[in-house]
Amino acid sequence: MPKPGSVGKHQASREPMAFPMLVYAALFVGLSLMYILGLSLMTRGVDYTAGPPLGAQNYLRIISPLYLRSLLLSLRLAFFTALFCLLLGYPFAYFMARSSARARTWLLLLLIVPFWTNALIRIYGWKILFSASGPINQALLALGLISRPLRLLYTDFAVQVGMVYAMIPFMVLPVYSAVERMDWAMVEASRDLGATPLRAFLTVTLPMTLPGVLAGLVLTFIPSIGLFFLSDLLGGSNTMLWGNMVHNELLKSRDLPFAAALSVVLLSLTGLVILLYRRMGGKAEGMVF
Amino acid sequence: MPEPQVLLSLRGLKKTFDTQEALAGLDLDVYAGEFITLLGPSGCGKTTTLRIIAGLELPTEGSVHLDGEDITHLAPEKRAVNTVFQNYALFPHMNVYKNIAYGLSLRGVSRQETAEKVRRMLELVQLQGYEKRLPSQLSGGQRQRVAIARSLILSPRVLLLDEPLGALDLQLRRAMQQELKAMQQQLGITFIYITHDQEEALTMSDRIALMRDGRFVQLDTPRGLYEQPRTAFAASFIGETNLISATAEAVKDDGVLLDIAGFHVPCNSLDWITPGEQLLLSLRAQRLHVSPEPVSTPCRLSGTLVESHYAGGERTSLIRLADGQLLRARSSTEGEAEPEIGGTVFVYWQQESGVLVRDDRERAHA
Repeated sequence: MPKPGSVGKHQASREPMAFPMLVYAALFVGLSLMYILGLSLMTRGVDYTAGPPLGAQNYLRIISPLYLRSLLLSLRLAFFTALFCLLLGYPFAYFMARSSARARTWLLLLLIVPFWTNALIRIYGWKILFSASGPINQALLALGLISRPLRLLYTDFAVQVGMVYAMIPFMVLPVYSAVERMDWAMVEASRDLGATPLRAFLTVTLPMTLPGVLAGLVLTFIPSIGLFFLSDLLGGSNTMLWGNMVHNELLKSRDLPFAAALSVVLLSLTGLVILLYRRMGGKAEGMVF
Repeated sequence: MPEPQVLLSLRGLKKTFDTQEALAGLDLDVYAGEFITLLGPSGCGKTTTLRIIAGLELPTEGSVHLDGEDITHLAPEKRAVNTVFQNYALFPHMNVYKNIAYGLSLRGVSRQETAEKVRRMLELVQLQGYEKRLPSQLSGGQRQRVAIARSLILSPRVLLLDEPLGALDLQLRRAMQQELKAMQQQLGITFIYITHDQEEALTMSDRIALMRDGRFVQLDTPRGLYEQPRTAFAASFIGETNLISATAEAVKDDGVLLDIAGFHVPCNSLDWITPGEQLLLSLRAQRLHVSPEPVSTPCRLSGTLVESHYAGGERTSLIRLADGQLLRARSSTEGEAEPEIGGTVFVYWQQESGVLVRDDRERAHA
């Protein structure tokens, strides 16, 4: 992951090895950012091109109930995605880090194997699972728990499940590395000094693995705001996330400047989250970025 | 003197990890206010013993009693026993004050009382003014002190110390040894101390439990262990000694007559000796005297002087006996004449300095 903040002057001058990375960052990150920023200030022409007049008109257009609703929906979804990833991912990561070396390899494999398949195909898998005649509904019907198939597909619920599913490795991996690196003598010391297992976890293990948790939260929260294909495939017609908005403006309305403005808002939001992360974890050891 | 009161007792303690036997059955009574050291080479089971007492490990067999109460299966947080860990295990995300106050905060002690107790502990370990520092901002010796304060603040019945000075340099080690000993006497807390440093064990302990392969080889006072080792391992692990092969010629009521390379040497005996038995005689290098002239004492040998090194107040001599065995002697240089390498010399000692020991050297790496 490129580090816009730390690929600084002093580092570059001392480290010739960083030069290719610097060129890459300048070309593909810096220039494209400038392009998008510039584009966002333009106006769409009749033939779908972008041009003058320049101004903040695109940004003013964003301030409307439609976009505000989408932003809140996206943030809420991203928030719960990060939260559920933490609640499910932390125990898994903890268990994995505490397992024997053999079991650990298998668990890690379980986590990584899905990455070898295209994400889109995996989401289609969820479509089948959630469909009215899918395994979930059939199982519930067979058990007599429901009399009619539940509407699972094309709901916010389906999007939420899909998001957590897609994002959970990004929580597990940093937490795993934090737990795995921990010196267990600390926990023993805490027990020795009178802490119950729960107190030891809350006062020692959790604070010591906090950098991993924070990294996991950022790594799951940020992409969740922008993921559009997930809500396209699993969500209903009114599940319009920020990513879908950008997608629509770009490919359907062909309003490039407005799509750029939406992207800039998303980017600023991301920057804000990272800033917050650095604030919170600034003192902690083992920060990821 | 009042009868010493048993505070902690271990009975038939065994521990097996997978198939590896770490403890082969330990019995030990620790008295209140005692400084007892578990001494032994690495892998002998010292740390396992300590962890079982702390409750961090369950014994496969046997029991631990504290004040007559069976605590074998009691959780570590419920034991009036605290540990100073080998690498201190200070909480890196808490400053010195919070580290020391940790145990009290778990017990719901009031803020005022905590502050007062922490202040007294910082005074005891001489770290006043370091409250706000993080462990990463402290030197090894300072971390050590914080670790000790963090445990002592809970006034444990027994303090367990797992090689607490292992990471410190020699000079700091010496200073901390004295401080720890003084602290222990001042507070009257029972210390169970682990080390593999025999000198540390000798200078600090009331009693030493010498361990090997999960067993106690000998449980004795430092003087007893040094002067009256019972096995070759005990004799050679503590101090510098010569282990000389000898045959028991005659066993009498007041001792044994040994045959060493043709010399007939009397020695104090223990009851397990039979005539004709092959034995080892432990002779401390510092307890041997070397003379170019024949001596009249019965405890003497003679041989060829192979090497001789002058080292100020002391001289190290290497003497080869007629049967090829080598003896190392450290003798005072006071008033001596320069010895002649290759010449015949006489080595003699006081009868009680020669100790017969069982030969347990083959099992050294079982």
